[in-house]
Amino acid sequence: MSIWYWICDALPFEMMHWDFMKNAFLAILLMAPLFGLMSTMIVTGRMSFFSDALGHSAFTGIAIGCICGVAAPTWVAVLFSVAFALLFSWVRSRSNQAADTIIGVFSSAAVALGIFIATMGGGSFTKYNKYLIGDILSVTAGEIGMLALVLAAVIIFWVVYSNRLTLTNIHPALASSRGIPVGMTQTIFTVAIAVVVTLAISCVGLLILNSLLVLPAASARNVSRNLKQYHLFSVLFALGAGIAGLTASYYWGCSAGAAISLCLTLVFAVTFGFRKARA
Amino acid sequence: MRRINHGGSCGDSCCLRIQDLSVRIGTDKILKDVNLHIHCGQMVALIGPNGAGKSTLLKAILGQREYDGIIAFSAPGMRHRKPPRIGYVPQSPSFDPGDPVSVADLFACCMSRRPAFLGLGRDMRDKVIECLERVHGEELIDKRVGSLSGGELQRVLLALALEPLPNILILDEPLSGVDVEGQTGLMDMLDEIRKRFDLSILMTTHDFGMLPQYANKVVLIDHGILKKGTPGEVLNSEEFRQVFHRKGGCV
Repeated sequence: MSIWYWICDALPFEMMHWDFMKNAFLAILLMAPLFGLMSTMIVTGRMSFFSDALGHSAFTGIAIGCICGVAAPTWVAVLFSVAFALLFSWVRSRSNQAADTIIGVFSSAAVALGIFIATMGGGSFTKYNKYLIGDILSVTAGEIGMLALVLAAVIIFWVVYSNRLTLTNIHPALASSRGIPVGMTQTIFTVAIAVVVTLAISCVGLLILNSLLVLPAASARNVSRNLKQYHLFSVLFALGAGIAGLTASYYWGCSAGAAISLCLTLVFAVTFGFRKARA
Repeated sequence: MRRINHGGSCGDSCCLRIQDLSVRIGTDKILKDVNLHIHCGQMVALIGPNGAGKSTLLKAILGQREYDGIIAFSAPGMRHRKPPRIGYVPQSPSFDPGDPVSVADLFACCMSRRPAFLGLGRDMRDKVIECLERVHGEELIDKRVGSLSGGELQRVLLALALEPLPNILILDEPLSGVDVEGQTGLMDMLDEIRKRFDLSILMTTHDFGMLPQYANKVVLIDHGILKKGTPGEVLNSEEFRQVFHRKGGCV
């Protein structure tokens, strides 16, 4: 951290001299590759809606943790999200209903349960705003350390699993014929999304989490011809939008999360305009 | 005029033996009492109406569907109890046109432990070109899989199914979505591969016009085997006429 602080102090930008901005920029440098990578597989696997639903389940887990008086409700939320993801996978594999219908059922139940628990006995909803809106400007050194660990775990996971995940997502029958356990692979990825979403929710908040998990890859698809370009552009777009959003929020005094989300939307609009006939 | 060897007795080296096979979904019997031998180097065509159980039989062979009965593989040089290598080309293989996955990426995902998103190394790229050359498709290597035509996609998936060289090659409706010219080209290619590698090929199809020229054996299936034999025997049989409501049955 001290090296990062030293680098920031050496930069000729006034905003980089504030500790909260130094932390926020470091968090963005970690989150850009994290969400850039995750979003490629979430978009290819058509799991955007599912990752949104997981955010809701994380909120419910946090509410349960708070009501039980647990010191670190985030870990209760991780357990709840993993259980939610596994239950979802189990129901989806045994139902004829479309995946988005099943996700809708789970999402509604998770939100309802979270609000029910949070407001039980006339409780206030205000203390949960941190998780709903999120505030990257108040990210702590501990949270940055946790993001670094999550990023390291995701990179290792990607190196080991990305080939079979890609094949499973683009053609499950072909993947199965190549000896890939499709159901198990999908479940492992589902659990990985649950863990990452839940751990990141306190840093970025529920409202912008889905845009970070979807928009970088959605934009990258507009201009990529192969997996290398897809991953590279996705990470670069997340990084660019993150830095631009943070800078905009500093000078215009608006929510950093919302600014980053809007910058990602702008990137999508521009790439959509520039998408070419990709032979 | 092409000369092909129809049939082959059970005394030949038997590559795939299916005995008393039944498949149920719930209480419904999708397939019952299927007995079939496929010999090395044979091209066998499974025909039947929609919902007859053709794809179910292929899935049972691929190990993707539970079944009662015996499915046994054997081939020269194949070790006892070693699981067979099955090359599989799925039915109507459709890829999302928006997926940024190139043909090279698809091969790398299947064949390499190095993550495909890091790009292909020189050796891997050479290997992919070598595989695509088998189906005369080396120019397709940098195309996105979602942008390939039906015939191009079938060739790519065929090249993929041939690496590593399988004990048996299974194709589910390989001719669907391919134009007439492409169908002949694809069947010529399959015939060339069958002879070159002495490979057993099992395919489902609704295009009966190709069968006399290319298939060694045709199996008519409708929840069980109704008729099997040479293309002429099956396509001119009473069972074929009854199933497809066609007078004469000659294709």
